[in-house]
Amino acid sequence: MKGWQQYWRQFSLFALLALVLTGCGKDELSALKPSGPVAAMQFDLMKLSSAIMIGVFIVVMTIFTYVLIRYRKRPGQQGIPKQVEGNHALEILWTVIPFLLLIIMAIPTVTTGFALHKEYPKEEAVQVKVTAHQFWWEFEYPDLGVATAQDLVLPVGKKIQFVLSASDVKHAFWIPALGGKIDTNPGQENKMWLQADKAGIYYGKCAELCGASHALMDFKVEVMEQADFDTWVANMKGVQAKEPVTATSPLAAEGQQIFDKSCLGCHAVAGKGGKMGPNLTNFADRERVAGIKAHTPENIAEWLKDPQKIKPGNKMPNLNLDDTQVKALVEYMETLSVSEKK
Amino acid sequence: MSAHASHAPNRSGLWDYLTTVDHKKIAILYLIAGGIFFLAGGLEALLIRLQLMYPEIEFVGAKTFNELITMHGTTMIFLAVMPIIFALMNAIVPLQIGARDVAFPFVNALGFWLFFFGGVLLNTSWFLGGAPDAGWTSYTTLALNQYSGRGVDFYVLGLQIAGLGTLIGGINFLVTIINMRAPGMTFMRMPMFTWASFITSGLILFAFPAITVGLVLLMFDRLFGGNFFNPDAGGNVVIWEHLFWIFGHPEVYILILPAFGIISEVVSTFSRKRLFGYSSMVFATALIGFLGFMVWAHHMFTTGLGAIANTLFGLATMLIAVPTGIKIFNWLLTMWGGQIRFPTANLFAVGFIPTFTIGGMTGVMLAVPPADYQYHDSYFVVAHFHYVIVGGLVFGLFSGLYYWWPKMFGKMLNETIGKWNFWTFFIGFHLTFFPQHFLGLMGMPRRVFTYLKDQNLDMGNFISTIGAFGMTIGTILFLINVVVAAKSSKRAPADPWDGRSLEWAIPSPPPEYNFVQTPLVRGLDALWVEKMAGNKGMTPAEPIGDIHMPSPSFLPFLMSLGLFVAGYGFIYHNYVVVVIGVLATFACMFTRSVKDDPGYHIHEDELEEKGVKA
Repeated sequence: MKGWQQYWRQFSLFALLALVLTGCGKDELSALKPSGPVAAMQFDLMKLSSAIMIGVFIVVMTIFTYVLIRYRKRPGQQGIPKQVEGNHALEILWTVIPFLLLIIMAIPTVTTGFALHKEYPKEEAVQVKVTAHQFWWEFEYPDLGVATAQDLVLPVGKKIQFVLSASDVKHAFWIPALGGKIDTNPGQENKMWLQADKAGIYYGKCAELCGASHALMDFKVEVMEQADFDTWVANMKGVQAKEPVTATSPLAAEGQQIFDKSCLGCHAVAGKGGKMGPNLTNFADRERVAGIKAHTPENIAEWLKDPQKIKPGNKMPNLNLDDTQVKALVEYMETLSVSEKK
Repeated sequence: MSAHASHAPNRSGLWDYLTTVDHKKIAILYLIAGGIFFLAGGLEALLIRLQLMYPEIEFVGAKTFNELITMHGTTMIFLAVMPIIFALMNAIVPLQIGARDVAFPFVNALGFWLFFFGGVLLNTSWFLGGAPDAGWTSYTTLALNQYSGRGVDFYVLGLQIAGLGTLIGGINFLVTIINMRAPGMTFMRMPMFTWASFITSGLILFAFPAITVGLVLLMFDRLFGGNFFNPDAGGNVVIWEHLFWIFGHPEVYILILPAFGIISEVVSTFSRKRLFGYSSMVFATALIGFLGFMVWAHHMFTTGLGAIANTLFGLATMLIAVPTGIKIFNWLLTMWGGQIRFPTANLFAVGFIPTFTIGGMTGVMLAVPPADYQYHDSYFVVAHFHYVIVGGLVFGLFSGLYYWWPKMFGKMLNETIGKWNFWTFFIGFHLTFFPQHFLGLMGMPRRVFTYLKDQNLDMGNFISTIGAFGMTIGTILFLINVVVAAKSSKRAPADPWDGRSLEWAIPSPPPEYNFVQTPLVRGLDALWVEKMAGNKGMTPAEPIGDIHMPSPSFLPFLMSLGLFVAGYGFIYHNYVVVVIGVLATFACMFTRSVKDDPGYHIHEDELEEKGVKA
């Protein structure tokens, strides 16, 4: 009987772990598929605490099931059950055992907690300044002299030290597959480090309710090999030092005119423009439009025609552009690239 | 004294309920009002789940969705489960301690009407330009004027008025339980539900002032440009979070402790055994109440408090698992060796145990700060607190309602419908919230009105919405059951469950004076002690005599109405209306202070005419 119970416990534990380990979610998004040391440490803690808790649950459920079957009232049952006041030995037992289990959990909690709060200086980590806005993300690399928006670009295998804040309301910065999560408080700075061990695209999200389009405040993390990252930085620096390039085709030139007149007040391109909206220097290299839609000319056009329809409550006004103007703008914006890939 | 004696004012129907100071009628008022708000909050929940049934659908839209989640949370916590707890406390606690009334019957009525008008004020926002949309936590800066609409003003004013009601209700029960116990009812002979109500009232006393301070500061920010929370003017956004959670965390225990009390009563009655480890249960309840105040910052692990604060608050939070574990095992051992029956009340109590255990387990997991950085503000948290609040508290309330319905209304709820109610609600509940643990870990943040197609979140959300239908059916079945019971002509016996505590010693529903003669309590489970001694009922502690009763009054209604009116004045910046409303309230307070109202007596011969005996 006892041996059988032990097997059963192990079986259900492994069944659940298997479910957690293999089953769930999209690689680029899921906290259950860690792609860096921070997420891995957090995942280890999740596994430890859920294993302990599942153990406790099995004990409770075993007693529970036994009691419900064994002691249900049977027809014709006479007499009154013995009125038991309590049992000191048992009560001490189920006070002490949870204490011991908590100590097992407390030790890695403390060590991991301090490890995750370490701050890395610029000699050891790439410094990235994150500013959250309704409803987009601004990323600056103060030591590298470049800035981008919506797509965060990181080198693989290196520690990234984030310094985070918000310009309007509170948001929270979360890349589940790399590690989670810290709030961006307006008027204050928070710090967090992450590291990605595999090149690729990861999904990031805003986790704190921040207004109408909270659900749509996504961003992408593009993790590249160190050499590619260095090239990207050099290209960005090169472009951001200059005036915006003059457009190549007549249609794009027309688009640039509209852009300079209507958009440059808020959006920076290369070394020129405002900081109200996302920096568009590398717009054409981006994975997504507005952080959520596939990067296609149709989606860009849809956004330009009515930004409120795609992200309700965002700060970009409807410019009431006609179709030809939109086409020209799209043509121009698709030239805003710093890489040769696109 | 008896010079003042007069007859009971003859009031009936609606007027009776508007003026009553009888704790049993106030209980019914709380139950009806809380029930209506529960249905409103449930409807909001159903709309939320429909919006999330499939990815990228447009059903209610982003802004309405944020209003729905805000109102769902606020309504359920402040206007639905709290009042239903107060309903059961009002109906049962005075009976369980052998009292004729609560300590301050007038204040009791005032507490109800303040809650009621606060809740109504908050809900009228739906029809007056939009409900609050900054989340039930109303984090600043999102809840400031610059970023959210007038709805938040309704939140601020509505909750202040309702919160006053809760605070004075809590104080009333503290005093009642300390002062009004029958002879022999020592603290260590009080039933667990009374104990839980006592500690809950203590928590209310200390927690509600914190939210009141927070709401007043937010009101100054919104109405008078106070800048307490505006970082552009030197304000601090994190202060609001601290104030909110210094209230908000104990609030969770304010809610769950009475449910623990109910489960203890129900499990013990339907096992026909005394509660196992009674004294450790009392100790555990008090310890949970105490620890509940020490751990508020675990809602703020990602706010940036730093490693030391996070670790300390994390470890303190884990400690709560110990007294909670004591309770779970004591319930199991109460059933051990008993003769367990399974009417609906006990089904909900038994269903509570595994469900609440899961909620408690995920609670311990959340107490690990580094792992919480992944859980926080994700659907994992949504799953956790619904396991605790619905799987714990709502199961507890259903259990309590099925258990005490005959005592409150003198009618039995139907057992067949009750069992359907339990199973649809239970299965629907787990279907709704179990997948949400995984949704959260798979990267779904909470409070999102939609999710994108290619993120593997579709299946979990779909199952979750299907589950919500199950819970809806369960709730509707309960309503049907209430109607069926109301229409049935069969009267409930005084002691339908073979009960153990004092409330079962008097008729169902109890007469307005509860006990003809105050009972003498001779042990824990006072009625059971008498039954075992072969007595038919309680031994009286006093001879039959005139019973003094408080007069009904319309003032609590008017007093609350005054603040209700003043609330609109503040919201619409019309200070004439504010002055009128506040003056009306003060006029009522003045009247109450100067008018001599000694109450009335029910005469000895009238007691005998009714043929009721203790």
